[in-house]
This record gives sequence, structure tokens and C-alpha cells, in this order.
Amino acid sequence: MDQKRSTLDLFNTDLATELRLGLPGTTDDKPEIIKTASLSGNKRSSSEMGSSTCTDENQSRFSPPTKEQVVGWPPVRSYRKNILQAKKPESETGSGMYVKVSMDGAPYLRKLDLKVYKCYEELMEGLQEMFKCIIGLYSEREGYNGSQHVPTYEDKDGDWMLVGDVPWEMFISSCKRLRIMKSCEARGLSA
Amino acid sequence: MVYSLPEEVLEHVFSFIVSDKDRNVVSLVCKSWYEMERWCRRRIFVGNCYAVSPSIMIRRFPEVRCVELKGKPHFADFNLVPEGWGGYACSWIEEMSKAYPWLEEIRLKRMVVTDESLELISTSFKNFRVLVLSSCEGFSTDGLSAIAANCRNLRVLDLQESEVMDLSGHWLSHFPETFTSIESLNMSCLGSEVSFSALERLVARSPNLKTLRLNRSVPLGKLSTLLHLAPQLVELGTGAYSSGIRSDVYSSLSKAFLGCKEIKGLSGFWDVDLSYLPAFYSVCSRLTTLNLSYATIKSPDITKVISQCPNLQRLWVLDHIEDSGLNALALSCKNLQELRVFPSDMYAADANVTLTEQGLVSVSQGCTKLQSVLYFCHQMSNSALITIAKNRPNLTCFRLCIIEPRTPDYLTHEPLDIGFGAIVKHCKNLNRLSLSGLLTDRVFEYIGVHAKKLDMLSIAFAGDSDLGLHYVLSGCKSLKKLEIRDCPFGDTALLANVAKLATMRSLWMSSCAVSIGACKILSQKMPMLNVEVIDENGTLDSKLDSCLVEKLYVYRTVAGPRSDMPGYIWTMDRDSSSRI
Repeated sequence: MDQKRSTLDLFNTDLATELRLGLPGTTDDKPEIIKTASLSGNKRSSSEMGSSTCTDENQSRFSPPTKEQVVGWPPVRSYRKNILQAKKPESETGSGMYVKVSMDGAPYLRKLDLKVYKCYEELMEGLQEMFKCIIGLYSEREGYNGSQHVPTYEDKDGDWMLVGDVPWEMFISSCKRLRIMKSCEARGLSA
Repeated sequence: MVYSLPEEVLEHVFSFIVSDKDRNVVSLVCKSWYEMERWCRRRIFVGNCYAVSPSIMIRRFPEVRCVELKGKPHFADFNLVPEGWGGYACSWIEEMSKAYPWLEEIRLKRMVVTDESLELISTSFKNFRVLVLSSCEGFSTDGLSAIAANCRNLRVLDLQESEVMDLSGHWLSHFPETFTSIESLNMSCLGSEVSFSALERLVARSPNLKTLRLNRSVPLGKLSTLLHLAPQLVELGTGAYSSGIRSDVYSSLSKAFLGCKEIKGLSGFWDVDLSYLPAFYSVCSRLTTLNLSYATIKSPDITKVISQCPNLQRLWVLDHIEDSGLNALALSCKNLQELRVFPSDMYAADANVTLTEQGLVSVSQGCTKLQSVLYFCHQMSNSALITIAKNRPNLTCFRLCIIEPRTPDYLTHEPLDIGFGAIVKHCKNLNRLSLSGLLTDRVFEYIGVHAKKLDMLSIAFAGDSDLGLHYVLSGCKSLKKLEIRDCPFGDTALLANVAKLATMRSLWMSSCAVSIGACKILSQKMPMLNVEVIDENGTLDSKLDSCLVEKLYVYRTVAGPRSDMPGYIWTMDRDSSSRI
């Protein structure tokens, strides 16, 4: 019925690169160049509209745009994309999130990968295991009671904070280093 | 001899006729029935706000109580419709404020609503009860303050997925202390913190509150307080589902959920902290709706939840559920009717999740009541689609999005024509279909032949020639909405099927092969259509008829060309293109 028009011809609305009619390396012998900034730039004479375009030729020179450049695809509402992209940076850094951990009285520091843990409970277990100490139970009012050691961390602003006050995700993204303090020194922090 | 029933009897009989279609038929019987019907029609649904004008609606139906309007084309959801396109609710609200003093319900979808309009609503309709703003924009929390302050009998305030300019959380405080009628409140789309004490007091004095959807900023610790105040809730949307280490939060939350014996639907779940998940297990056995599509939790944790929900009818989830989770779903949730699986990573070719076509096949086999599917995945095969089609001929909505455009059958490297062909052949009641993957004109031939009940079709990066479009337009008897992007469909198919377009609500074509000249011819042949061409470069009038259009939106209307178009939209008018 109609000429077979390659879909590839038309896939040029949002491309930043210019498509050329010809194999890579050859000179362009056709007068019309398909502008890629927007389809409305196309001025095709009626004779060209009627002629069939060569599918093979199109396919060999065509390079699909990178996915980020295709507007509106995949068809996901922007508020969904925003939520998920907030999560991306953490999962992309496959190398782990190592922070230095010091314990008062210990001769040297250790390093801990925070990404290994999914919640505070697991982190506490890990710290207790590493330093062979006991960290007390957390309560919002009193901080860590019932032990000699209290976990604290230095946040992005350089302040020393008690571990456990903020949601886990917020903690991971702001924790720069950990310090296990002696309980008597930590008293000032739990307010 | 003609005997007619007394008016009161007719009116009483008509009051049982609810659907628009039936009412329209009734009004065509004779003049007196037309007159009778128009005076007692109470609900109006306008699927395209430009298909009719407020004055035409008001003139014909003087006693309306509930109005529902839709504005922008569906592809506006994916940023394909430029800013300023239209869909303004303003003129509708202004005219209704004068003509319908007893209006009770306004539902708007994809429309632009201003604070002034919200204020007008709040002061014009003394018995106003329901405001639903779905995917709307253009208003701020100031407008919400007016609604809160003035609508004494408000039952429903639903801001579903709207973009609200969030100036402050204090709008909630504008509900007077005497206001107790709220039944449904959905503010999940709001960004900023609402005044929690105002929210608490509102919930405490609203015994009829059945639906409460909080926004992300409501902390988990406060959720238990609200649940204790509203144990009668049926639908709950949580805020962020995490907290610092606070064992008292967990225990009070768990206790609060135990007290909510009526909860059937849950949503929200931003920022999920796994340790808090078990707190809501006590309501799982009653759940019919579960929306975990913001929760980036892994498959084993999702599986643990859904295997406790035997009555689940609707599940929205991220692809983190993986095939294993979907297998569990197929085993546990025999009443499942709707499944939506959203992508967690839009762009990675090999995503970290193991979600394939197998998950969907399992669900299609195990969930015999499955009717509606939205599925994002990276691979598909014809054999999987055929299996799904044979398993579930009762499907009514099938939307498949294979993330990479033009992806062939991963087993055979063939197009997915026969797979989708099987879907339309077996699922005889299919009313909505979205295609993806590598597709030739053949799939459209199948669709034209078999999809006789199809109401809405979405096509992207598919087809070889005009024949594809022609098959659809000439074959799909029930088609009302057609949206196409990046397909080689052009003038020939369009001009061969002009009459069809008058039977449809709308046609959207972007990045296709339609020329300006064809748009002019279409407009000339079909004066009852608005043929709108979007050209963001703004140079349409200097172009030849042979130039291709960027975006085309065609819809039937009795209101003539619209007067609120931005500069980059032209309406095709016989021998010239014009901007009014």
C-alpha cells in the first residue's frame, strides 16, 4: 500500500546529534538533511515524500539516542522517577561506605562498611562484635543506658551526634566517622 | 393515540437510570422525554473539557449536582504535552458558580486549577461535598485554606497526584473546630509538613473519616496517635515508614494497627525501615488493596508481606518483587484482580532485579480473577504472551512496557506481533491496551480484526507503515482514545479514516509522519473536529504543506475551536493554519 518508511527516519525529535543521509565517512549527496532538533525543521519536497527511502541505508547510519534523551519514555510519572532517583546514589556506589571507627582506649582505629547493615540493631551487633564491648539499649529520652560504651558519630557538619536519633537512611547519608565513647564522657550528649 | 405518563412518574423512573449512556438514549426517545431527562440529570461526565463548553452544558442540564471534567491528553503524564497547553478549569468553575448554586461534587483530572477558582468553589456552593483534583496543577496551599475554611459540609478532599505549590502546612488549621464531616482526605502529594496538631484535632473530631492518606512528612511516631484516634479507618496511606531507634514507636504502632479492625487498604510506605514492617501484619488478612510502589524493599521482605494477604485484590509494587515474589503472589493471592509492577531503575539495560516475563506468566496462571495488568520489564517473548492470553481471557486492561524501545522476543528475536495478537484474540473484553517491544504492521492487523471492545490504545515505537494505523482505525469498532508516539504513521491512513475520528474522543500523534497539508484536509472534511498542531518552534505558518508536524491532537467537539491556545498551537482551518 504505502512505501515502507523506516521508523528510524522519524526517530529524531529529541536527538542532540544530527542524522546524515549516507554511510559514516561518505559525503552527503542528498540535498536534504534531516534536522534533529525538532521534526518541524523538516522541509521535504513532495517528490522526496513520494520516493521510498532505503531501509538498509537508514539502519546502518542510525544510532539510537541514549535512553535519557527520549522524552517521556519509559512512561512513568515524574513523581515516581523522583522518588526512585533519590535512592539511586546509594545503590550505584558498589564499593561500599567505609567509615573509620574509633573506640576510647583502643590503640588503633577500625574501618566499617555501613552498607552491610540495614538497620541500627545490626550496626550495634557489628560494633559490639568488632570491639568486644557492650553497648546499652537506646531510649529517646536517656540515650544509652546500662553500659560503659555509647556509640556516637560525626555528621556532615562536623558535629558529634548520638547514634540512633534519626531514621537509618538519614544516618547513613550523613555519617562521616564513628566513635565509641566511654559512658561517663558521653553523658553530656543525651539530652 | 399517544398517552404519556405524568411527569412525576417519568422523573421517578428516570431516577433509576444512572449511566450516561442510558440517559443519552432515553433523551432521544421523544421531545418530552428529552425535556424531562435534561431537568433531572444530576451527574455530568465530560471526558474532554474542550468537547463542549460550560454554557452548552448549563443550557441543556440546569439542575446538575456532580460534574467531572478531564483536561489534558493522557500523554501529558509523561511530559509530552508542553507547558501552557490548556485544560483550564477557570471558565467552567466561574460559569457553574453562577448556574449551579446547589452543586455538590467537582472532580477534575489533568486540569489547571487556580487558587481563585478554589476560593470561588468554596464560597459559591453552599452544599459542596466532594472535591477531587487528580493530576491537577496551578494551585497552592492557599487555595486549600479557602476550601478548608468555607466548605462546611465537605466530605471528600482528594488531591491525588496533583502538583501543589506548597507554601505552608497551615492550611489544615483552617478547618473550623465545628467542622466534623470529612470522610476522605488524601494529601499524599504534598511536600511540606502539615501542622500535626491541627491534623490530630481534625481526625479526633471526624467520626466518619474512612480514608486518610498522609504525606511523606508525617513521621511514623505520629501515625500511631492518628490510628488510635481513627480506628474506623478503611483506607490508610502512611507517611515515611521509618524512624530512629525507638522501640516504643514499634510497639505503639503495632498496638494501633491491632485496634484498626476495618482497614482494607494500605499505601504510602516511603523510606521503609524493615524493622517496622511487622507492625502492620495484623491487618494483612483483611487487606484488599496494597500499594508498595514507593517501598524499595527486596523480594523476600515483600513476599513475607503478601503471603499474609490472602484477600488481596489490588497490588501495586516495584520490580523489586522479582519473579520469586510474583510466584508467591500467584500462590497466596487467589483473589487478585489488578497488578501493577513499576520499574525501579528506568535506564539500566541490565537492572539489578530479576524480574522477567516469568513473573507475569506465574501470576496469570495462579490468579484466575486477574483483570488488569500494568507491567514494566526488560524482556518478553511471544510464547509468554500467548500463555498469558490463554490463561487469562478475562483480562480487560493489559499494559506492557518493555523498557527498551523495539525490543524483540528475546528467545526468537522475532517481533512480538503474534504475542500481542494472542492477547487481543483471547481476551475478548479487552478495553485498554498498551503495546511495546518490536512490532510490525501485523500486530495492528490482529488488533483491528480482534479487539472489538477496545476503548483505549497506546502505541509507541511500533509499526512499519500507514497500513498499521489503517488497520486500527478501520477495525477497532469501540475505539475512543488513541495515542501514538514515534511511529511511521502518516497522511494516507489518517485521511482514509476521517469519519472514524468523529466517533472517537481524541487522537494524539507525536513524532509520526503526518504532514501539515493532511491536517488541513482533515479539518476541511470534518468541521466537527478540532485539529490542533503543536509546533514548539513557532514557525508553522511559514512552512510548506508537505512539512511534518511535531505533535497532533484531534478531538471531536461541539464548541468550535478553542480560544485559550498558547502561541505554539495552531488550529487547522480549511486553507490556512491560524492561532486564535
